[in-house]
Amino acid sequence: MTEQATLTRSDFQSDQEVRWCPGCGDYAILKAVQDVFPTLGIPKEKFVIVSGIGCSSRFPYYMDTYGFHTIHGRAPAIATGLKVSRPDLEVWVVTGDGDALSIGGNHLIHALRRNVGLKIMLFNNRIYGLTKGQYSPTSEVGKRTSSTPYGSIDAPFNPLAIALGAGASFVARGVDVFLPHLKSILQRASAHQGTAFVEIYQNCNIFNDGAFQAVTSKEHRKADVIYLEHGQPVTFGDDRELGIQMDGAQLKVVELGDGLTADDCLVWDETDRNLAWAMAQMEAPAFPTPIGILRSVERPSFESQVVAQIQHEIDIKGSGSLDELVRSGDTWTVT
Amino acid sequence: MTTPAVSDSVSERQHEKLHDVVIRFAGDSGDGMQLTGTQFTNTSAVLGNDLSTLPDFPAEIRAPAGTLPGVSAFQVRIADYDIHTPGDVPDVLVAMNPAALKTNLGDLVPNGIVILNVNEFNKRNLGKAHYDVDPREDGSLEGFRLFEVELTRLTLEALQELELDNRSRGRCKNFFALGMVYWMYSRPLDNTIEYLYKKFAKKPILAEANEKALRAGYNYCDITGAFQVRYEVEPAQLEPGLYRNINGNSALALGFVAASRRSGLPLFLGSYPITPASSVLHELAKYKQYNVTTFQAEDEIAAVCAAIGASFGGSLAITSTSGPGIALKSEGMNLALMTELPLVVINVQRAGPSTGMPTKTEQSDLLQVMFGRNGEAPMPVIAPSSPADCFFAALEASRMAVHHMVPVILISDGYLANGSEPWRLPSVEDLPDLTVDFYGGENTDPEVGFLPYRRSSETLARPWAVPGTPGLEHRIGGLEKQDGTGNVSYDPENHEHMTRLRAEKVERIANTIPELEVVGDEDAELLVVGWGSTLGAITGAVNLARRQGYKVARTHFRHIHPLPRNTEEVLRQFPNVLMPELNTGQMAMLLRSHFLIDVQTYSKVQGKPFTRSEILDRIVEMLET
Repeated sequence: MTEQATLTRSDFQSDQEVRWCPGCGDYAILKAVQDVFPTLGIPKEKFVIVSGIGCSSRFPYYMDTYGFHTIHGRAPAIATGLKVSRPDLEVWVVTGDGDALSIGGNHLIHALRRNVGLKIMLFNNRIYGLTKGQYSPTSEVGKRTSSTPYGSIDAPFNPLAIALGAGASFVARGVDVFLPHLKSILQRASAHQGTAFVEIYQNCNIFNDGAFQAVTSKEHRKADVIYLEHGQPVTFGDDRELGIQMDGAQLKVVELGDGLTADDCLVWDETDRNLAWAMAQMEAPAFPTPIGILRSVERPSFESQVVAQIQHEIDIKGSGSLDELVRSGDTWTVT
Repeated sequence: MTTPAVSDSVSERQHEKLHDVVIRFAGDSGDGMQLTGTQFTNTSAVLGNDLSTLPDFPAEIRAPAGTLPGVSAFQVRIADYDIHTPGDVPDVLVAMNPAALKTNLGDLVPNGIVILNVNEFNKRNLGKAHYDVDPREDGSLEGFRLFEVELTRLTLEALQELELDNRSRGRCKNFFALGMVYWMYSRPLDNTIEYLYKKFAKKPILAEANEKALRAGYNYCDITGAFQVRYEVEPAQLEPGLYRNINGNSALALGFVAASRRSGLPLFLGSYPITPASSVLHELAKYKQYNVTTFQAEDEIAAVCAAIGASFGGSLAITSTSGPGIALKSEGMNLALMTELPLVVINVQRAGPSTGMPTKTEQSDLLQVMFGRNGEAPMPVIAPSSPADCFFAALEASRMAVHHMVPVILISDGYLANGSEPWRLPSVEDLPDLTVDFYGGENTDPEVGFLPYRRSSETLARPWAVPGTPGLEHRIGGLEKQDGTGNVSYDPENHEHMTRLRAEKVERIANTIPELEVVGDEDAELLVVGWGSTLGAITGAVNLARRQGYKVARTHFRHIHPLPRNTEEVLRQFPNVLMPELNTGQMAMLLRSHFLIDVQTYSKVQGKPFTRSEILDRIVEMLET
């Protein structure tokens, strides 16, 4: 076994030349993952990174772990088979908005409902990069791309809402350029039993530059971003002068002051599904953008239940004899 | 014939010995004909008859009661000698309603026995079966031995003391019919009674009801003089050993459990329900104590992909489906091929294209499994030739997959899946040793490091290094690989090299498989060649032809890719080659293109297996012209 204590970032860097476009948000995410993995207390050989197809899915080649660059949209299905048959492994899935939400939408929602112990990082850049700039299922209405010269008329998906709707037990959002925050989310994801779904806003500086300016620019990153923290009142703004309150089933932004303080604001509870749902609906530019952990609840993982069922049968019936199995049913002897 | 008179003396009835008999139970989908046929089969199996079965049921679970599309039938042939098919034409037809009579009477042998449930022959049911005139009155049953029985009324009467509603009582009428047939063919009742009390352990009243119906049917024949002749079919002289009756899908499931045990690998099945493959999933789902994991995926694609993931992790990974599912899995199969991971893909064929006829058999996916993938994508293909052979084909497919690091196709069909035959049980120790040693880093050159695509010089297989092994961290994927390192490569020479290498890897499997065997006349004028489920019908037909004095031989392909090493030599030995296939000539096309040999096709695409006589007629036609 590899000495865990000595693992560093360089242990997770492969010898392959990284070939994303210069300036791509993927570089920052790669760094975050290579920083986080050595801190998890998991032997290096236990990590497996499974990806689909797309720019983000080249990720496994750049990590010196076991890796599987699979086919378009199917990474959650392949990772499910791996994790169910090998629960001892730490299986991470890298996917993108096209890979996970378009061609692979079915596998994503089913992995989430089953609660397979996978850590799914969805790099959302709201565009198809590798096929040169077509609109994606998260592109905004009206977007002009090579395949929508007159503007997209497709209503976009909200990845957090999809994950919540599919019954995910862990739903979070990070941003490529908010490195310390992203790392803290990835650490929480790793510790979670069951599927951890992390949407990561990722800038594609070639085909969709500035897609998340409303979150990442200096002007907005404090003013219009909510950093969710479990048990803390939800406030934001340059000087935390704004807060969130419940307004019926929805959330509303309130200005603090005039007797209104943080104590009057909604206290974030990552176990409350309705709150998570309401928070997931907040989208720029009309609302501030929430990042952090929207939902984290305990639910038995799929693979632990599969193993338990098999173990239970072995416990009550014994580890089956092949000879007896072959001879089961009505038999007769010919002499 | 009407209601039979009561006979005073039972003993005066004749006993007649038969060498074989073909019985078809036919009724409405809700009448329990599959269960009735299966019970007759199991009882006959335990008596030691050789047997072969042909279930035939509609895709609809319950088509409207009494209609022609709703008819479900089960044909079983029992014999006192070694037989190969479920029989061309039934000798006995049990018809539970007019629709069952209408759809099956045409198949019956002249002077065959027809047992009718006359209680169902009312105006309404005759109308549903599109009979303008009652067939009992228009002469259409002349030439058959007709027995009209009030099956429904007699069943209700037999059960009148039981605390059951009339509907539940009426549902036992199939066991009344079964009891009658048991009497006619001198079968004991205890096997079925034992089954009933096991099956209805939680509702013993139903076991009791069915037992009463069964006994009532038996006694009805015994007491009344309806049947003047009682038949006996003695045990067959089969090879000594312990036997059980088995259908193809059950045999497949057992075969993969055996392969798992013999390889030391846990078994993982990824599957999505599809007719006629689903029972492989059902069977394996029962075997958890054998460390079998079954995963019912969200779709066909996820099913094959989950299996690939499990294979990467070191499981014996399989996926089961039918033709439409193969279409969906083709990209996944290519991923396994490119990453050189072991995988067995089971295709239980059905009549296509598209949704086709899901419950009907066909062999029309052969070219699909050979070539239905993008790029140059060779995969080994093995086709079991009988229900029991499915067990051994599962072992052989697993062997090829794990020892040669390739995805393998096992191509069965609906006829094998649902049909059954006696299986002489193998001794577990005699099964092939499939031991797998995962690569643990032995002989790795410290300078170069681990090479995930460095190959065995003998088989060209790459090492199977599973996640969790320290120091062997590596990446695989669907992009073209540089041989040796496994790094992504766009090098033109390497792509050509790898394309040929993947083909050569499959071809070398030919060194590990048996050669074709020729059975029949050495100086035959005609070689009849088959593959897969046609073995029984071809064997029967060739035997008949030879008995009639024709010079005929036969051979059978179990391995379709790669072909046995002596294939060309065998085909060139005979002046004429005939290939009966349940498609329009797919295997014949392969052999012609491989060897430029004039293989004649005998094609049938009706959703039904060949009968012996069809093939016999074609043999005679070829040799007489």
